[in-house]
Amino acid sequence: MKRYSAFAVAREALRYHKGWGRAWRAPEPKARYDVIIVGAGGHGLATAYYLGKNFGITNVAILEKGWLGGGNTGRNTTIIRSNYLQDSSAAIFEKARSLYEDLSQDLNYNVMFSPRGCLMLAQTQSEVRGYERTAHANALQGVETEWVGPERVKELLPIINLDGPRYPVLGGLWQARAGTARHDAVAWGYARACSDMGMDIIQNCEVTGVMRAGGKVTGVSTTRGEIGCDKLGMVVAGHSGVLADLAGFRLPIESVALQALVSEPVKPLIDIVVMANTVHGYMSQSDKGELVIGGGTDSFNNYSQRGSYHHIEHTLAALIETFPIISRIKMLRQWGGIVDMTGDRSPILSKTPVEGIFVNCGWGTGGFKAIPGSGWAFAELMARGQSPLAEEFSLDRFTEGRFIDESVAAGVAH
Amino acid sequence: MLILTCPCCGVSAEETEFAAGGEAHITRFGPGASDEEFRDYLFARENPKGVHFERWRHAYGCGKWFHAARCTVTLEVFGTYSAQTLEPPLAIRDAIAARRPGWTWGAAE
Repeated sequence: MKRYSAFAVAREALRYHKGWGRAWRAPEPKARYDVIIVGAGGHGLATAYYLGKNFGITNVAILEKGWLGGGNTGRNTTIIRSNYLQDSSAAIFEKARSLYEDLSQDLNYNVMFSPRGCLMLAQTQSEVRGYERTAHANALQGVETEWVGPERVKELLPIINLDGPRYPVLGGLWQARAGTARHDAVAWGYARACSDMGMDIIQNCEVTGVMRAGGKVTGVSTTRGEIGCDKLGMVVAGHSGVLADLAGFRLPIESVALQALVSEPVKPLIDIVVMANTVHGYMSQSDKGELVIGGGTDSFNNYSQRGSYHHIEHTLAALIETFPIISRIKMLRQWGGIVDMTGDRSPILSKTPVEGIFVNCGWGTGGFKAIPGSGWAFAELMARGQSPLAEEFSLDRFTEGRFIDESVAAGVAH
Repeated sequence: MLILTCPCCGVSAEETEFAAGGEAHITRFGPGASDEEFRDYLFARENPKGVHFERWRHAYGCGKWFHAARCTVTLEVFGTYSAQTLEPPLAIRDAIAARRPGWTWGAAE
């Protein structure tokens, strides 16, 4: 792999840019691998990367039914934050956020991490109490957040209308080290680094069956033939239920559509990420100038990658009330992704009833921010059979009633 | 936008008039259930990519619960029926089989 650097750019500029190679190879699948990861999105590629980097396991294939990073990794609103209430959530999300800080250097690929800060608005008294509590919890967890009053909110966010008719802004939870990153670059950077370690990223290769012998996984059958493996990692987000069904077990997962939309590009308007959970909308501005906006999920099971119109209508109506300046901005495009929701809205990183199969899913509406931490913990779980970061997120918690209830703690958007 | 017909009051309306209630035909285990059975009752879901039986409530109408058969890929609604049943009625199963040849009740479960 040729390293990217200022020197390389200068050298290629003199050679008419004819010396750039492929960022990752497009190999034919081998008959057998030590580890197969299903799903070449952010979480799957990060898992493979840390398997190689931290544990020296490089005989790995990453199978992808579509194209690399074409699922939720390419469909999210790119927000990175770790201001969670529960200890186990804060630990894994903060690990992810801290890995994002020097991910560009680590991967030698610019993921454009922009620690611009994230502000979660409190617009009801119960939200004020909730976020004050989260700020205290974060202080104990070593996550740097602070509760700020309305004056500071106005300072951070001049376009805000503090005294909205329905929901006045009473303050907010501010995480200065939160931010955004270029979502595609995260997948591409991991893919390039994995390919460089000798791992095979096999696109257009859909898993059609899971082969087992004596309660243990032996491989997968795919649209490009049968491939053997010792360990199988399922990292397929919205399709986790479909894959689990092929392997003969069920997951506490329901797949629903989550939508996002961007506006036409405008001059710099907002230089932080803002989330308004009471009215249910969140917004940031991309480097191109588009406002990137997300809202709530549909309420019914859906695999169609299309959401209902009334949800985006509701999200925009709510945002316009708090940010009247955007009322005349035209929306450019809108899309949906299929998110995997668990009963307690927390992820699953776990062994499964089939020996050798591990599952990493249930990130629901907030997976992008977790990619490096999720990969780090899941790689450790797959390599060693246990991981301190992943321990609390096992499937057992649904039998034991040991929930990590972020649906209550984080409100709705998370 | 889904359009559903409430079998209780006969009104056809857009999804905003209804509230989704998740998977239908889930059996509640009684006293003596194991931890696994109760976990499955509470959390394990079929979550099929295809024909899905689900509960809806006519929240901004008659207020009654009912069931719907719907495809989670195309969002096609095969039909709605009363919630006072343990399995989908024959008419609904026929309507699904007509649109999805080879589909049988139980195969999806």
